[in-house]
Amino acid sequence: MSTFWHWWIVLLTIACLALVTWILFATRHAQRKDITEETTGHDHDGIEEYDNPLPHWWFLLFVITLVFTAGYLILYPGMGYWAGVFGWTSTGELERTQLKHERRYAPEFARYGATPVEELLSNPRALKMGQRIYLNNCAVCHGTDAGGSFGFPSLLDDNWLYGGTPEAIKTTLLYGRRGAMPAWEAILGEQGVRQVASYTRELSGIDSGASPTDLAAGKTIFQNNCTVCHGADGKGNLTLGAPNLTNNIWLYGSTQARVEYTIRRGRNGVMPPWKDILGEDKVHLVTAYVYSLTHKEPQPEG
Amino acid sequence: MNKHDTEPELIDLYQKPEKIHPRSFQGRYRNLRLIGGTLLFTLFFATCWINIDGRQAVLFDLPSRQFHIFGTTFWPQDLVLLCWLLIICAFGLFTLTAFAGRIWCGYACPQSVFSWVFIWVERITEGERHQRMRLDRQPMSRAKLLRKTTKHLLWLGIAFLTALTFVGYFIPVRQLVTDIVTLNVTPWGIFWLGFFTLATYGNAGYLREQVCIYMCPYARFQSVMFDNDTLVVAYDDRRGEPRGKRRKDSDHPAEGLGDCIDCSICVQVCPTGIDIRNGLQYQCIGCAACIDACDTVMNKMGYAPGLVRYTTASELQQQKTRWLRPRLLGYCAALLVMIVVLIISLNQRAALELEVLRDRNVLFRVIDNDQVENVFVLKIVNKDHQPHYLQIQLTAPDGMTIASKTSIVVESGSVAQEVVRVTAPFDKDIPISQPVRFSLISSQLPPASAESRFVMPSGNSSYE
Repeated sequence: MSTFWHWWIVLLTIACLALVTWILFATRHAQRKDITEETTGHDHDGIEEYDNPLPHWWFLLFVITLVFTAGYLILYPGMGYWAGVFGWTSTGELERTQLKHERRYAPEFARYGATPVEELLSNPRALKMGQRIYLNNCAVCHGTDAGGSFGFPSLLDDNWLYGGTPEAIKTTLLYGRRGAMPAWEAILGEQGVRQVASYTRELSGIDSGASPTDLAAGKTIFQNNCTVCHGADGKGNLTLGAPNLTNNIWLYGSTQARVEYTIRRGRNGVMPPWKDILGEDKVHLVTAYVYSLTHKEPQPEG
Repeated sequence: MNKHDTEPELIDLYQKPEKIHPRSFQGRYRNLRLIGGTLLFTLFFATCWINIDGRQAVLFDLPSRQFHIFGTTFWPQDLVLLCWLLIICAFGLFTLTAFAGRIWCGYACPQSVFSWVFIWVERITEGERHQRMRLDRQPMSRAKLLRKTTKHLLWLGIAFLTALTFVGYFIPVRQLVTDIVTLNVTPWGIFWLGFFTLATYGNAGYLREQVCIYMCPYARFQSVMFDNDTLVVAYDDRRGEPRGKRRKDSDHPAEGLGDCIDCSICVQVCPTGIDIRNGLQYQCIGCAACIDACDTVMNKMGYAPGLVRYTTASELQQQKTRWLRPRLLGYCAALLVMIVVLIISLNQRAALELEVLRDRNVLFRVIDNDQVENVFVLKIVNKDHQPHYLQIQLTAPDGMTIASKTSIVVESGSVAQEVVRVTAPFDKDIPISQPVRFSLISSQLPPASAESRFVMPSGNSSYE
């Protein structure tokens, strides 16, 4: 707020208050001594207005509003730069409310945070809380049903890039992950990319339609370049987050064009770290929820 | 002002209202008010103590946003019913006003009913009208202090009971009373108890007719519903005038006098302090105190009652009163329509509600190149008093099926959330967006259904 607007607000507010106060007191004496049949002279379609005095408490109400206004403008911000005696701000109010809620729920989160994930599986309340946190923070990429979407893995199948144990899931959530598939176009050339893409698809049992020559060339390329991360058998590597290429689960699509694109340009998947955003206890609850998706307690049929 | 030749003497625009000390009276309208008031007070003070199935029968549970009224629970989604109810109240009042003037004000409005009770307390502690007026003029003395203290304590007691009962419709009253006895009331409970105690005390003890005259909007706009055939409390000046004092046994027509003996008792009993003989005034709340008082006097004088009576402007002008007139019939018709609408809405009120939110995070998902999956979140409200086992059904084009579980148990009085996955064969020839309808089928309740849309990638996209 510039100085001009500060004074604009201050002067305008004071001027209005002064005007209102002046009107209130200046018009106090305007009445004939006795209550008469005299009207104000206003005539609306034959309805005339008597000129009678107002009740005294009415006047007091006006005075109370003026006193309230003065008190409010001293205690709370309203006069330009003036922050008010209480120093109230809307962000401060938000922080206070958040703090209040955090204090209220912190013991429960802490209690769940100290409970092993396997035990939380039989606690519907904990799982529901985990689900709520998931829906507010994770569903935007992984989907409301945790089924994933293009580039974001499904959490419903028991296929994991970085491991599906509670510890591995929690580590992924706390510190995030960076999937790094390099771009191979410059190294393999257009033909090499096509051949290795066909070979990779065949690993998952897809009939790529490529010639045996191409597939053999693709296999050679695969063994020379890809096995470092994806393993000699193509079953991936949990330490690196290199996906299993033999299970027909595709993060970036399984068509020839998509697989070629993935190899040609590379892929960079990012899972952000949640430790500083949610805190360990909430991450623990989300871990339990995500783990529960593939490790359901047997539920009685309703 | 410029109409006056001399400068008028000025006084304060804001005047302290003079306290009105209504005189006590007997009569049939007073008895009517007593019977009606007793019924209304019983209704108000007793209803909150009725329990059905271990729960307060009438409870407005604001924190959980549920209104329990005799075994039926109303949710925020039922707000439209409240609107119909309020519209019915409004039209009921209009009809009543067009027919019989402000009898709501005089007989049933809490403002006047509580004022009558507080005036009664004033009478038993401070005495009759003239005694009260004398007491107010006297300097403070031990006797005056005692009377005034008793009065205020009784007022506060009644006010507190009123507040307790009123708050008892929002916080379960039995719990509230226990909390009060054990000094365990929540801060908000204390605030509202205090607020309504002071509001009752101030309104019925001090503000009284000031509310009717200066604050109540209904008091001011109901005059537009009046016409010449509306029942009003009126003084028959044809019969009463010229007014004047006379001996009881005198032959007043011969003396040139009307029936009004100018005793001013009709003014003394008036709770708003007006003289009904000046004609219809906006301050008149139609309480008929002046009718009862005047009839008593007429009786004593040996005259016929009804010098002040419920009558119509037409009748006073010696014309016939038209009871059935378009205005009244119109109000009645509107009232009837509203009541029918309410009954229909109440009957159609579903215990089961369904909202479908399609997933905005993942619009669609392609599985194995030949299946498209959409995710929907079903929000299921069970307003019934028992849990329900529900089947989720899908009405959609051929080939679309629910891939997740198709049944759910929803607890009573809760909102369940179910994530539903729907799959369809990927077909580039069908539209990219198609309507689908979800239905909830239960063995006991009428089904609920809601529509959403199924989104599919376009045939031009690179999903080949």
